[in-house]
Amino acid sequence: MSAAPVTPAAAPVPTAPVPSGIGPIWPMYRAMVGIGVLCGLAIVTVFEATRPVIRRNQAAALERAVFQVLPEAASSVTFGYAGDGFEIADGEDAADGERVWAGYDADGRLVGLAIETSGMGYQDTIRLLYGYAPERDAVVGIRVLESKETPGLGDKIETDPGFLRNFELLDVALAADGASLARSIEVVKPGAKTEPWQIDGITGATISSVAIVDMLRRSTKVWIPRLSRHLDDFAPARAGEAATGASGSEAEDV
Amino acid sequence: MSDTHLVDAAGPSSTDEFVKGLWRENPVFVQALGMCPVLAVSNTALNALAMGLATLFVLVMSNTVVSLLRRFIPKQVRIATYILVIATFVTIVDYAIQAISLEMYRALGAFISLIVVNCLILGRAESFASKNGVGRSILDGLGMGIGFTVALLALGAVREIFGAGSLFGVQLFHDAFQPWVMMILPSGGFFTLAGWLLLFNWLRARAETLNSAKLADALEATS
Repeated sequence: MSAAPVTPAAAPVPTAPVPSGIGPIWPMYRAMVGIGVLCGLAIVTVFEATRPVIRRNQAAALERAVFQVLPEAASSVTFGYAGDGFEIADGEDAADGERVWAGYDADGRLVGLAIETSGMGYQDTIRLLYGYAPERDAVVGIRVLESKETPGLGDKIETDPGFLRNFELLDVALAADGASLARSIEVVKPGAKTEPWQIDGITGATISSVAIVDMLRRSTKVWIPRLSRHLDDFAPARAGEAATGASGSEAEDV
Repeated sequence: MSDTHLVDAAGPSSTDEFVKGLWRENPVFVQALGMCPVLAVSNTALNALAMGLATLFVLVMSNTVVSLLRRFIPKQVRIATYILVIATFVTIVDYAIQAISLEMYRALGAFISLIVVNCLILGRAESFASKNGVGRSILDGLGMGIGFTVALLALGAVREIFGAGSLFGVQLFHDAFQPWVMMILPSGGFFTLAGWLLLFNWLRARAETLNSAKLADALEATS
């Protein structure tokens, strides 16, 4: 191809005075602003109408999860962490990351605490709830609250029975000083688990299963010593009135 | 020849506005519009159905509003106005799905909000609803929306059956069935779509050959 002669057409096109072709401005404003206002009103109305239902759905989903990670619990109470101890939280008092759910059995005895944590998975943030049984020094169940892991591969963290069995009695015993864990939770090759603080990974979901273990290790390091220090705050006598039953609420999902 | 011309001159009937979206101008299999949600959320039949119904609702509502306001909207700002109307209905659907089922909302994820930029919806607003009455526009929206839903279901059903061995969550096969995981991953979406397009193009090509053969026969008979 030969070089094309430089055309002088690059000179700026003279800007014409506002052409009559654009038409009157007023109808344009009227259409855009009028429709904008109507649309805004419609959205606000729908938002206000659906908000209580959405709230209730989210609370019910969380409640269900609490009873799944604490299989022995018959009722639960929400607590908020106040820096020097735990207080019963009414509704939305406590920030999301500072809440724990205490589970009590039919006799009103504390059977465990459910703690929420989150971390980066393969696709997006994974939110996880796990149950801690102080009497057994162990994690007794996990439940993924939110994940966008690859269907068929990464989502095995929610469905693989072998993987979930790791969390039925996962050792998180405290060290002698009570301020840290005796042993760190660790992930091993699938089938290589020999110690109660180890977790079998999943073939085909390596990143997702390691992500779960990482966020669990990080969260237990902070929360287990904190919870055991303040275990008296969860005494059944204090929580008695505030308890919500597993059978009475919408938590029945059998 | 003259016969077909007569039919065309009479203008499309109302039923035709409805039916064209289902088959002759099917948004997915013929026009290949809105491929992003088609490939992304058709991994199970239930997701496909929910996405299809959400799109159907937005399409019918935006067609209705655009058609009602078509004399009120100056043509310079029409696209911006259409997007505004479409985005409003998408937001409404978004909240509605959250209220109906959180599980469903999580499964569909970002794709609900992305209905706003589904070119099928803007396309119908621009090329049909802005030029036709409300009744016809609603029929057009219904037809196109149902056509879209059926196409999504066709993909979702095939992908779920092969990829998970189930349909609408109901297990279809014996335990020995080894699910074909690839089918619920993105690549499975492309393969399934290709399969359906192949079938549709073959059907269309066959119909055309039959038609032209018939036409040739008729011409021979008259001459």
